[in-house]
Amino acid sequence: MSEALHYHFDVDGASFANAGRASVETKKLLRQLGVSPEIIRSISVAMYEGEINMVIHAHGGDADVYITEDTIIIILKDVGPGIRNVEEAMKEGFSTAPENIRALGFGAGMGLPNMKRYSDEMHIDTKVGVGTTIELWYHLNK
Amino acid sequence: MLTVDKLIEKLGLDVIELADGSREIKGGYAGDLLSWVMGRAQPDDAWVTIMSNMNVSAVAQLTDVACVIFAEGVAPDPEALSKAKMHGINLLGSRKGMFELCGDVKDAMLSEAHAEADYAETEERN
Repeated sequence: MSEALHYHFDVDGASFANAGRASVETKKLLRQLGVSPEIIRSISVAMYEGEINMVIHAHGGDADVYITEDTIIIILKDVGPGIRNVEEAMKEGFSTAPENIRALGFGAGMGLPNMKRYSDEMHIDTKVGVGTTIELWYHLNK
Repeated sequence: MLTVDKLIEKLGLDVIELADGSREIKGGYAGDLLSWVMGRAQPDDAWVTIMSNMNVSAVAQLTDVACVIFAEGVAPDPEALSKAKMHGINLLGSRKGMFELCGDVKDAMLSEAHAEADYAETEERN
């Protein structure tokens, strides 16, 4: 693999005010690099879902973006409660988000399904009580 | 081509924030669950919603919709408005209910498409 460009973002877990900052910044970045609008949209949507999840469930976390000539990898890492049942969490409509989050328009149980839908590969590494790391892979030369 | 400007004029929409009225509207989407909207709204859609918090502006930006139309007389939160201003998002409003408003948007799109087809036909005949 050739030398990767690397960008790091702190995902602030304190409020929704800053949620989306990493995805918006990444979107700008990818646009400057000339990545196709379709891939940019996929990455923005998946990453935003990841950020929202980190704010809802994990008091924030880290978002890292690695870009090589043929692959973009997004790594979202938190030290939150972990996902008890990944299979269940992957089902559309399944949500453990509290009521106040639903009032904000989230918690529809679409977070992880959207991330899967909007990535070429998704890898979830999670442990209850330890945290969750999600890798999103995008192949540029499909 | 149905632009945001033209839609405002046709439907008499309230202009809350107009960053680029020349943007073309190619489709529409209605919904308030943001993740649902994120996964399904398409770029250049007119998005009709009653959700008014700042995340609406973030979702509008990430999905690249042509405009957000708040139905039922809903006004965006100050944070949503400032985010929209910052990122160049068109925010419009209407006192109509979601169902009626969506019908109007669809009608506007269809009548624009018909007008264009008529025009092309006349051109061909001449």
